[in-house]
Formats: sequence, C-alpha cells, structure tokens
Amino acid sequence: MLRPAAGGQSSVEATGDTIGDVVKSLIAAHPGLETNLVDENGDVRRFVNVYVNDEDIRFLDKLDTKVADGDEVAILPAVAGG
Amino acid sequence: MAVYDSVLDLIGNTPIVDVSQLSPNPKVRILAKLEGQNPAGSVKDRIALAMIEAAEADGTLSPGRTIIEPSSGNTGIALAMICRLKGYRLKIVLPESVTVERRQMLEAYGAEIIPSPGGEGSNGAVRLAQHLADENPDWVFLYQYGNEANPTAHYNTTGPEILRDVPEITHFVAGLGTSGTLMGVGTYLKEQKPDVKVYAVEPPSGERVEGLRSLDDGYVPPVFEKWGGMELLDGKRIVRPVESLEWTRRLVSDAGIFAGPSSGAALAGAVKVAQRIDEGTIVFIVCDGGWKYLSTGAYTGDLEATAENLDKIIYF
Repeated sequence: MLRPAAGGQSSVEATGDTIGDVVKSLIAAHPGLETNLVDENGDVRRFVNVYVNDEDIRFLDKLDTKVADGDEVAILPAVAGG
Repeated sequence: MAVYDSVLDLIGNTPIVDVSQLSPNPKVRILAKLEGQNPAGSVKDRIALAMIEAAEADGTLSPGRTIIEPSSGNTGIALAMICRLKGYRLKIVLPESVTVERRQMLEAYGAEIIPSPGGEGSNGAVRLAQHLADENPDWVFLYQYGNEANPTAHYNTTGPEILRDVPEITHFVAGLGTSGTLMGVGTYLKEQKPDVKVYAVEPPSGERVEGLRSLDDGYVPPVFEKWGGMELLDGKRIVRPVESLEWTRRLVSDAGIFAGPSSGAALAGAVKVAQRIDEGTIVFIVCDGGWKYLSTGAYTGDLEATAENLDKIIYF
C-alpha cells in the first residue's frame, strides 16, 4: 500500500522502541510516507490502521505501543466489508 | 415445529453450539452462533430485513421502487431474497473479485448485478453505488454502512439472543465489515453486562486491494463512528488468509460446522482471546455457511495455494 512512497518495497526494516519511533524512522528513510501516515498533530490518520503482530495499535497504547526486535508492524488502509 | 407463513419469519433466533474442543484453554469455553442458519444463508438476513422495514415505515420505500446497494455478497443476497418476496427491484453493486457462487445466488433471486472493479474491493463498490444513487434520485439507497437499522437490528435481536442463551458470556468476537454486528451486539451486551469484552477481527487488505492507491482511500463506516466503535471495542486484529483457512477447516473437521472463511477468522480471534484469559466463555459469530466458497478450494485444496487464492477475493 505504501509501496510507491517506500521505493517500491512492500516490506522494510525500521527501528525504534515504540510504534511512534518506528513511524519516525520510517518517515526519515522514506520522506514520501509522511503525509500518508500521520496528520498535522502527528497522530495516525483516521483511515489508516497500524498493527503490531496483527493487533491494531489504537486498542493498545497507540503510538506509545512498545515494540521489540522481530515484531511485525503492518500499515494498511481501513476497508469495509459487507 | 410451527408452520411459518414466510421464510422471512425464519430470520434470527439462530442456534449456538459449544465448540470448546477447539479451545486452547480448558477453562475457556468457545461457543459458535450459527448465523448461516438464516434463510438466505448469512447474518445479513437480519439487517437486510431491518433496513427494508425501516425504509417502508418512513415512506422511503414503496411498491415498485428500485433499491441500490453495494455489497461484497451477503447483504446483497439477503436483500435479493426479501426484494423477490416483497416485489422491489434490486441492483447490487458487486466487486468483480467475489466468488462465483455469490454472483449465482444474486442471479437466482433475480437481482441485477452492477460490477465494480475487483481491485478496488468493497470500498470501490461503495463509491460506485454512492455515485449511481446520486445520479438516480428515484432509487432507494439503503447504505448498510451508515444505516441505523443495521446496528439496531443486532442490538434488538442478535444481542438479546446471545445473552438469553449464554448469560455467562465474558467475551464476544465477530468480524468487522460494516461494524453493524459488533456495534449492535457489543452495545447491548455492555449495557446489560458491563464486564463483557468485545473484540473485532478483520482481513488484511493492503496487498490484496491493489486499486487502493493510497491510504487516503481507506474507509471507516459511519456506523462505526456513530456507535462509538473506538470506545466500544476492546481490541481489533487482522487474521491472515492462511490462519482463517486453518480454523475454517478445524470447524469442519472437529465440530462438523461447514462455515465460510471469515468465520474461521473470527474463530482464530476467539482462540487468541482464549489463550490470554484465565477462564471465561467466548461467543463468536459464524456469519455464513461454506457453500459460497467451495469454488475457492477452501476446504480441501492445498492450504498455501488456497490462501493465496483467498488473498485475491473478498470474503468479508
């Protein structure tokens, strides 16, 4: 989803102790991502879902959610079903 | 057994079956509510009937009118059955990336299918239906994603049925599509029993929905926002196709329940909850039967190949 802004890669390495840090490191490496991911307050945008090991961070500690080595972070647009 | 006047009288009051043999924790029971037992085969029978009755009651819908609705399948099929009986014309905006059985069922009930680009998924079908409804103001646009009758149907029926049959419930798990089931059932359960936890599962979508060009194309149903989904839900996770399939197959092999892959995803979510809690009773929704997914190889095909296949279709 973020591939065009991330140099065509579907999976990238990023570092940080929290999701907020991971997002910052991602944006530093791929500046094109910034407007897609976060709003002017630095919060994850409404139509974007961020998951750590498949759990939505909005129901964890949001951008303060801790991450460890090897954790998988997924960034996807919200979709509907029905 | 009673004799019913119409299949519409068979909607709701679905059975709940104990499938605790699938629980990873001997102190946690897992119970399946079988929504595939509804007459058009899915949980969507409830909201389709409720939306039509609400539109009839407020005068939006009258004999001879045409209904338009975007649907990845189940809502469309339920509406098609009801429209057939009530004499409304129905147009369903259906993404091309759904199983052939969904299309066939819509045709069987006589609905007109308006295809929307498969790559744009459900979000694309919603956009096209909105556009067509704007251009044709004489058509009735039910809009399940924003229709109050959708969560209200679950608040009035599904939720009370669950609490009536399982008063000891501690956790509720269901798939997130329009969010109607989770908002309606979740709100009812928490009002009646505030300690109940409510968890959503959803399919991963990023890779599959190639037509979504940026995260700006994401879509959050108005129902989710109006009913305070952020505050109501206690957690939300994605379940990948291979995991959905594994649990869909376990439902068949270990419990004899032939369900669609999104029910396997809900079960996978229930199992994750069971691993984390000490004890409790989890109710999850089996939203439809497996009939409409036979062509995908979901039950007997090679697991990896079928999962890859599932990644390209919409099953929520």
